[in-house]
Amino acid sequence: MPETPPERSEGSRPASNLPPLSLHIPEPRYRPGDTPDFGGIEIPAVEATPRPGEATKPDAMRDLCYGLVRVLDFDGAAKGPWNPNLAPDRLRSMLRTMMLLRAFDDRMFRAQRQGKTSFYMKSTGEEATSVASTMAIDRTDMVFPSYRQQGILIARDYPLIQMMNQIYSNRGDHLLGRQLPIMYSAPEHGFFSVSGNLATQYPQAVGWAMASASKGDTRIATAWCGEGSSAEGDFHSALTFATVYNAPVIFNVVNNQWAISSFSGFAGGERTTFAARAVGYGIAGLRVDGNDPLAVYAATQWAADRARTNNGPTLIEHFTYRAEGHSTSDDPSAYRAAQEASAWPFGDPIARLRQHLERLGEWDAERHEAQEKELDDLVKTTQKQAEKLGILGHGMHQPFETMFEDVFEEMPWHLKEQCAQMLAEQEAKFGPDWKPE
Amino acid sequence: MNMIEAINSAMDVMLGRDDKVVVLGEDVGYFGGVFRATAGLQKKHGKTRVFDTPINECGIIGVAVGMGAYGLRPVPEIQFADYIYPGLDQLVSEAARLRYRSANDYICPMTVRTPFGGGIFGGQTHSQSPESIMTHICGVKTVIPSNPYDAKGLLIAAIEDNDPVVFLEPKRIYNGPFSGYYDRPVEPWSKHAASAVPEGYYRIDLGKAATVREGEAVTVLAYGTMVHVAKTIIEEMGVDAEILDLRTLLPLDVEAIEASVKKTGRCLIIHEATRTSGFGAELAALVQERCFYHLEAPVERVTGFDTPYPHSLEWAYFPGPVRIATALTKILKD
Repeated sequence: MPETPPERSEGSRPASNLPPLSLHIPEPRYRPGDTPDFGGIEIPAVEATPRPGEATKPDAMRDLCYGLVRVLDFDGAAKGPWNPNLAPDRLRSMLRTMMLLRAFDDRMFRAQRQGKTSFYMKSTGEEATSVASTMAIDRTDMVFPSYRQQGILIARDYPLIQMMNQIYSNRGDHLLGRQLPIMYSAPEHGFFSVSGNLATQYPQAVGWAMASASKGDTRIATAWCGEGSSAEGDFHSALTFATVYNAPVIFNVVNNQWAISSFSGFAGGERTTFAARAVGYGIAGLRVDGNDPLAVYAATQWAADRARTNNGPTLIEHFTYRAEGHSTSDDPSAYRAAQEASAWPFGDPIARLRQHLERLGEWDAERHEAQEKELDDLVKTTQKQAEKLGILGHGMHQPFETMFEDVFEEMPWHLKEQCAQMLAEQEAKFGPDWKPE
Repeated sequence: MNMIEAINSAMDVMLGRDDKVVVLGEDVGYFGGVFRATAGLQKKHGKTRVFDTPINECGIIGVAVGMGAYGLRPVPEIQFADYIYPGLDQLVSEAARLRYRSANDYICPMTVRTPFGGGIFGGQTHSQSPESIMTHICGVKTVIPSNPYDAKGLLIAAIEDNDPVVFLEPKRIYNGPFSGYYDRPVEPWSKHAASAVPEGYYRIDLGKAATVREGEAVTVLAYGTMVHVAKTIIEEMGVDAEILDLRTLLPLDVEAIEASVKKTGRCLIIHEATRTSGFGAELAALVQERCFYHLEAPVERVTGFDTPYPHSLEWAYFPGPVRIATALTKILKD
């Protein structure tokens, strides 16, 4: 390294006249102790956002990347061009699924706090993004979820007890206690194995969609990530491949404002919207009120129709708010204002759908409370059954040798040797008659 | 056939036999790859079976994982092994662990082909040997052929395998077996028995080493280009060495290694990759564990140096005749 910087060469401007360069470090508007005010968020009228045809070229619908697809107004009326006009039974089913998801989340969160498992992640406040979205695609379509989309499994009637068994890593866990809680896998429900690595599922969804298209199949794929992980290289790899091959895929970015303790500004959210990432790739982008289940449904249905008719991929930004911590290992009170969730101007997705149904005369407080109790009981009963199969940390629930299985299709010599070594260790410790608890 | 033609033939055979096989990568389609390994395959099998991709290794390996999950058998090409790193997370965290983490719900039957190794004036961005990184990943198989016949049979076995395989192609010997002397002409594969490659289907099971040369004085463990370099030096020195071509590093044919070292009592390990934490260290440890009481001399390693591959000084870096001869002399003296 030279000891002094080189002199400015002849022809360059004198340094004394130039302003010093400065660096911007993003900072959220509110920290603990502040009173949040989301008045700065622009909320377009419900009717203001046009609904283009599913075959519209991306460059003709750029404004949708900066607007907000809305259906429900804040009085609970469904209006405007995006109204999917769902039948009351369908709306009730959506409400029930979202309520079941919330009951499940609450119960499993408590189970973690009671020391029955190591970890949990709630989707409180974001229930519409996964449930309404899943209801708008076909059951045979493939989803590549991130880790906060348990609503997809519940919307596809995946057995709750299997989810709980996985969370407890107990002897009913079909993943043999190998995965962190909530990292489900359910091929028969079109649900890919959840990875803890961020955005890795994005290129995979594109590959699956490309395979489906190359085989003349009719199934499409959906991918999920948070706004924080849209900064990962995989996100951009996936969008490049999707646009190049016009893959039948829907990219969902759940913008819940917080990536653990980093606000969305650190993923680039201060400068533009996440839906607008689509513009640079020449794919369709929609920005949606993620707390409006009907808007999420309508946008997903639009994108699915588009993909299924070979009109290409869509990126949907679900503009929502993570009402709880990132996970049970997180303390949001240490980095964000306490009232943020209640100040969020788009309200609570379950409350909004309930309001809509009540306004239609298809629901009432009595039925709502009865359903809440019914679902709570269902979750509680299921939990009891799951706990009969064991909870994490209370004994070891899988045969020891399962640790070495499935690394490869067939176990190679070195794993056989290591397996034998481990079995001998365990036999010395527990005796030859040990069985999974 | 030379090695490129044999590799091309393996993909051609598999594309023809199994409509789930797809070939993807930068320049692999119309043009047929920078080394021509995929020449003619798109024309014969179509654009949805053999196609070009963006320059994006994360995308190439990531979409291959999704294709595998759909039920295809993707054969992605990474143009040079030096460029596998942007795709490494997809390989390490996704492809390699998919079967395990999903308890067999999903598998990833992909074969990542990539040319590797030095000796072509590729500098530090076209010469690296990342095999020890691959063998350190749980759930990936690592295969390195050393001649056209093996290359075809091993590649077919890799494509048929239901686990992810990294297939490292020693590009220095694509056209002929390299002697180790950079100033001598390379004899083309056509003058070599291993160029007699059948047109159709055959496979060489993964996990089996080949004995290239039998001997009693010392066991030489090598793979890829170094098999041929070792053979040249050993023949010039008139050493009665046994050369094992490992062919598959993981799973490794430890039985063949053990049997040979117990017979000869000496072991020399040769690879081009950098020394520290290289695959030679793993081999040396295994030999020590299994053959200690049969050893008559310390296990020796001949490797590249712990520096990036230099462009103009590549022949000083390369573990060539002098380094191998010195090590052989030392190990035989004890």
